[in-house]
Amino acid sequence: MIGAGPVLEAKPDRRALVSVQGLVVRYGPITALRGVDLEIGAGECVAIIGPNGAGKTSLVSAIAGLVRPAAGKVVLDGLDVARIGLADVVRSGVALVPEGRNIFGSLTVAENLRLGATPRKDDRIAPDIDEIFQRFPILGQRRSQHAGQLSGGEQQMLAIARAMLSRPRLLMLDEPSLGLAPMVVDGVYELLADIKQQGVALLVVEQNATRAFGLADRVSIFGHGAIQLSGAPDAIAADTNFDAAYFGAAYADRGAPA
Amino acid sequence: MIERVLQTLVDVVSVGGLYALTALGIGLIFGVMRLINFAHAQLIMMAGYAILVLFSQSVPLAIAAAAVVAILLALGTERVVFRPLRDADPATLLIASFALSFFIEKTMIMLVGSRPKGVDFLPELARQIEVAGVRLQLLQIVTIAVSGALLIATTWFLRSTKLGLEMRAAAENFRMAQVLGVRANRVIAVAFAMSGILAAAVACLFVAQTGLVQPRMGLQLVVIAFVGSVIGGLGSLPGAALGGFLVGAATILLQTLLPAELRVFREVFLFVAVALVLLLRPQGLIPAPGLKARV
Repeated sequence: MIGAGPVLEAKPDRRALVSVQGLVVRYGPITALRGVDLEIGAGECVAIIGPNGAGKTSLVSAIAGLVRPAAGKVVLDGLDVARIGLADVVRSGVALVPEGRNIFGSLTVAENLRLGATPRKDDRIAPDIDEIFQRFPILGQRRSQHAGQLSGGEQQMLAIARAMLSRPRLLMLDEPSLGLAPMVVDGVYELLADIKQQGVALLVVEQNATRAFGLADRVSIFGHGAIQLSGAPDAIAADTNFDAAYFGAAYADRGAPA
Repeated sequence: MIERVLQTLVDVVSVGGLYALTALGIGLIFGVMRLINFAHAQLIMMAGYAILVLFSQSVPLAIAAAAVVAILLALGTERVVFRPLRDADPATLLIASFALSFFIEKTMIMLVGSRPKGVDFLPELARQIEVAGVRLQLLQIVTIAVSGALLIATTWFLRSTKLGLEMRAAAENFRMAQVLGVRANRVIAVAFAMSGILAAAVACLFVAQTGLVQPRMGLQLVVIAFVGSVIGGLGSLPGAALGGFLVGAATILLQTLLPAELRVFREVFLFVAVALVLLLRPQGLIPAPGLKARV
């Protein structure tokens, strides 16, 4: 290994933050992912688009360490995620906003945010939380209320803000627009654009392609537990195979034997 | 008459407090692990034996030893028995806790015999004192004070410390708490250690009250306190404390209010009341927030 090329050739800003290699995920007899390869570089925004049941959630769950791959691996900073404890994935710089947000309804808004800073030991946590309250006055006004009382859109903002408090290098969002009114979704995507501006890499999983296309540097169309089509958003949108990839995957999933 | 009422009230609060502490110890573990730990009884019992061994030398030493024994046993059982079963379903955990409970109890019977041993622990607390013209047992006042202090301390810990916040988050949604960086081993170990401290406190008060230590001690406390925590709302700590308190209080009230010939059937009345509460509020008096789907 000494003097080997790749170490010297690797440019720090181009090095993959997360590298998914031949990932296979199974739940009992059901195969959710059938060998997925994906790299996300520092500061890059990748959108995963696909119908329900295409395996999108399984992919983010595997990167977050929530599910164990049956084969293949997820490499984070040179470390296999399966060997990192679940609670240490966020310490390696990967934060997840899961589908359904999973805010702690019995805890206050401020407590939810403080939990987001769990991995941190510095004394900037309180100022960071104040900053969030300034940007989202509604969260500030309700800081002492139970987070379960917030509206869906407010909960989504809280969930994203909470994830950002860990100061991630990669933020993963599973269906961030699910169940939200179009105006609220605009707000969510404005926030995501800001986060991208800060140089944080994003992995956004959506059923709804249009929003994610505007944000992403790269899009992968998922179907049937595998990437069907991948490339720059413009190229994908122009690709005549897009409909076939998306809808074909949808129909294939529907008709596929489990 | 007034004197009688006040005495009953003090009885009710002191017994209720003891059950509330027991229920809180069970509730802490249920909250983070969905484990109903019947071996909590053996934490109380082993702490009782620590008192038996050391009380004649020094009371503070006996109390400290009770706490150390209960904490170490709680941490040890977590490490050896419950950690390997962490992802098991609640039924498996429940049966494991039964097995552990029987194992420790029977081992103690094998080692020290099943006969109760007399412990003259804190005899000075048996003294009657007069408060506002009413004669009360000092031990009851101490029991109320200790129960109150520990309930407040536990509440403070959960509300005001970082670990307490992590524990409350883990109790609502453990997987999400882990995704945010909460370490499962640490949170669960702290919960077990706290349940050990609460068990040791219950042991001190219970041994001072009954003057006896035996391998079966603690079981009745834990069963009744468990019933209390179900009434209060399994998984909710205020619910556990309240339910434990109410069930303990109800036993004393029934003891006082029932006609003498019906007192032997006290438990029957108690459990009918429990069944009624659960019919009306199956989720408990203060339902837990997090007993739903995980990530």
